Amino acid sequence: MARAMESALKISACAALVCTAANTQLAAQDYSGVTVNILTRPGPVIAQRLVDRGEEFTAMTGAEIRVDEVPFAELFQKLLTDWATGTNSIDVGVFASGWAVEMVDGGLLEDLTDYVANDDKIDFDDIAPYFREYNQKIGGKTYLITIDGDFQMLYYRRDILDSMGLNPPRDWNEYMEVAAALHGQDMNGDGVADYGSCIFKKRNAQSYFAMGSIAAGFVQTQGTGEGIFFDPETMVPKVNNEAWKEAFRVYKATGEYGPPDELNHDIGDTRGLVQAGRCGMVIDWGDIGPLSIDPSGAAIKDKMGAVIMPGTSRVLDKESGELVDCTPEICPHATDGINHAPFAAFGGWAGAINKNSDDKIKQAAYDFLSYVNQAAQSNVDVTMGWTGYNPYRNSQLNDTANWVEAGFSKEFAENYLGAIKDSLNHPNMASDIRIPGAQNYTGVVLDRELARFLAGEIDENQAVANIEEAWEEITEDFGRDSQRTMYKLSLGITN
Amino acid sequence: MPAVVMILVFSIFPLVASLIIAFSRIRLRSGSYQVRWVGLKNFEKQIFGSEQFHFLGTFAPISVAGWMLAIGATAGILWWLYRYASRRFTLVGFTGRLITAAFGIGLAFLFAATLFSGKQFGTLGVTLFYVFIGCGIQFIIGLGLAFLCTQPVRGRNIFRVVFFVPMMITPIGVGYAFRMIADTTKGPFSPLWQWVGLGEFSWAADAWAARIFIVVGDSWQWIPFIFVVLLAALENVPRDFVEAAEVDGASGWEIFRDVTWPQILPVAATVMLIRVIEAFKIVDLPNIMTSGGPGIATESMTLHSLFAWRALDLGQSAAVAYLLLFVTVVVCVSFFNLVVLGRIRKS
Repeated sequence: MARAMESALKISACAALVCTAANTQLAAQDYSGVTVNILTRPGPVIAQRLVDRGEEFTAMTGAEIRVDEVPFAELFQKLLTDWATGTNSIDVGVFASGWAVEMVDGGLLEDLTDYVANDDKIDFDDIAPYFREYNQKIGGKTYLITIDGDFQMLYYRRDILDSMGLNPPRDWNEYMEVAAALHGQDMNGDGVADYGSCIFKKRNAQSYFAMGSIAAGFVQTQGTGEGIFFDPETMVPKVNNEAWKEAFRVYKATGEYGPPDELNHDIGDTRGLVQAGRCGMVIDWGDIGPLSIDPSGAAIKDKMGAVIMPGTSRVLDKESGELVDCTPEICPHATDGINHAPFAAFGGWAGAINKNSDDKIKQAAYDFLSYVNQAAQSNVDVTMGWTGYNPYRNSQLNDTANWVEAGFSKEFAENYLGAIKDSLNHPNMASDIRIPGAQNYTGVVLDRELARFLAGEIDENQAVANIEEAWEEITEDFGRDSQRTMYKLSLGITN
Repeated sequence: MPAVVMILVFSIFPLVASLIIAFSRIRLRSGSYQVRWVGLKNFEKQIFGSEQFHFLGTFAPISVAGWMLAIGATAGILWWLYRYASRRFTLVGFTGRLITAAFGIGLAFLFAATLFSGKQFGTLGVTLFYVFIGCGIQFIIGLGLAFLCTQPVRGRNIFRVVFFVPMMITPIGVGYAFRMIADTTKGPFSPLWQWVGLGEFSWAADAWAARIFIVVGDSWQWIPFIFVVLLAALENVPRDFVEAAEVDGASGWEIFRDVTWPQILPVAATVMLIRVIEAFKIVDLPNIMTSGGPGIATESMTLHSLFAWRALDLGQSAAVAYLLLFVTVVVCVSFFNLVVLGRIRKS
């Protein structure tokens, strides 16, 4: 404990020093009269911390930071129309990094490569390689500054599983067994039966990300460059096969152990149930960790555990489209015969700058994004659940002191960060879709067919056939060759 | 002249621009649009292509019940058309009725091949459900409340104000309020829901229950509109007529049917026409309460268009909007010309 306190003090002292140094340098910049207009999703998640940091930035530099908010579902459209039509009322968009590809394709984003090169405060090497090289860069150039790192993981009630002598599930069969055992138990002492599994399933929300997390293990075995959505060589959808069908079945089956109205639950509803102690297991981004130490999460404080997303021992055979058993050749990255493919769902929130803003505004905007990204600020922000910011820097992932200081137990901090690192550093990590039309491929088509399947309107065969047909239409619309090039680039394939 | 310019700028231009968009694919580029003319492809996709299930529904071989509906409706409509043509034929009148008849028969076959054959109908069917079922319920309850408020009951003025309040709330607020009220796990009625043994049933997971809940929310908001207009109409019915009927020994129902109803009919028809046009555009409640789910069970055509617009598929969005415009015009013009004018002439 004393050692933890000492570490925390050292970290705090270092952070204060770094912050002071940064502040001194920022103070040298005078942005009086400059206003930076930022558009992002509604607060407090993501937006409110930008407001708070904006006030600090204003005090240091004189630049006014205005944060406007629109519903998540309209964010991409608002940004794109504002910038493409020449309205240019927005200088900075904070959005899903995957959307930026379409914006770069349209020539709408400022290339930040030189800004970063001239920035001695951002400590680029401290940003974890995936976020630095994949999330922030498109075609080798930096267009985005990450403020949040996103991976989906499995969280479970460690206290309940321990008391029942259960281990956290490693694959989806085990997930169902554990969910069945937990379902109906009273997990928060209120005398009401609780749920074995909570996974948001509402349409037009986040369900397609959870679907990607489940499908990835069944589809991808050969490493990140293989991809889960298309064949990188032909751009033919890799969705009409037994792997995706099985993922659809698994996702639906989890609902048997969930709340009765789970079909109408988005991530906010699910997190509310988790914080109330009503869920035995949940699939979520990194937010559950910090939310468990939030006052509203008192029912689960120090009771949660986190592990890499469950995998599978049955994976896709690319030739036949059927599922086959894992062998060392078929699943080279498997652990104990189980293939994991942690899915970088959404990719994380990142800031990008409008290419057509005034030069001084662009510089002020970059300095602000850099300020938010810098370790002195972000290492604090990621420990607070309400911000929606999850770790993306090595200094956040490798040192538990900040987390313990924020209220984590040492054991849970190590467990939580360990699960993130297991996902982030996994050689078979699955990348989210990062090509023009990304929103259409997944946010519209996959989301809609998934919702229809979950509602019982269609079966899994019909669902994947519909997705394949609609994805082909989108690909043809954008141009197959250019889409193939972009998809290969997004997977790190440069030949 | 200024009025003409205003109409051109704010009404005609957007209409023409959106029509052009409906025949195009648009990609946003830096400082410009990339417009590609695709002809009828956006409409073709909705009616015959990959979006057919979304707009019209999922088709199946027509069941016995479906054939009964289709044949019955077709026979009825053709008989109605024949009667018109044989009694008083005008070219304009016949053409209008022909469009109505074709639309009616088309709808009958659509429902026969989807809903009556065990399949899901699309956003067109959902919209018509909101319009016909929702507006029908709203009219009956609104008229009933207005009628009650014309009676000499204590606290009548308080009731009038209370009944009118929901209309002043923004539809998004109504959507969120109803979503919270109807939440079966955390909502205020959750304990009651559990107590009656419905703990495992969720309205949001059942297509018809979800549609009905949206109609309930929509009705809660719009009944006041019908109520307040019909109340004014009822209060303007000359007392002399009613008293004369009472002196003649007419019953309450006879007075309503033969004296009151003919007097309020023009107002009732107008309020329903306005309400129906508005109901065709329903979007806030299904968007907030269910996001169009479960599946696409509660997605209206306006929400369909909005979702396409959000994904920047502007061509599809405009095509759906124009299909909605066509359906609205056919239904409303048919309703007014065939039902309302006919009744007014009769009375």
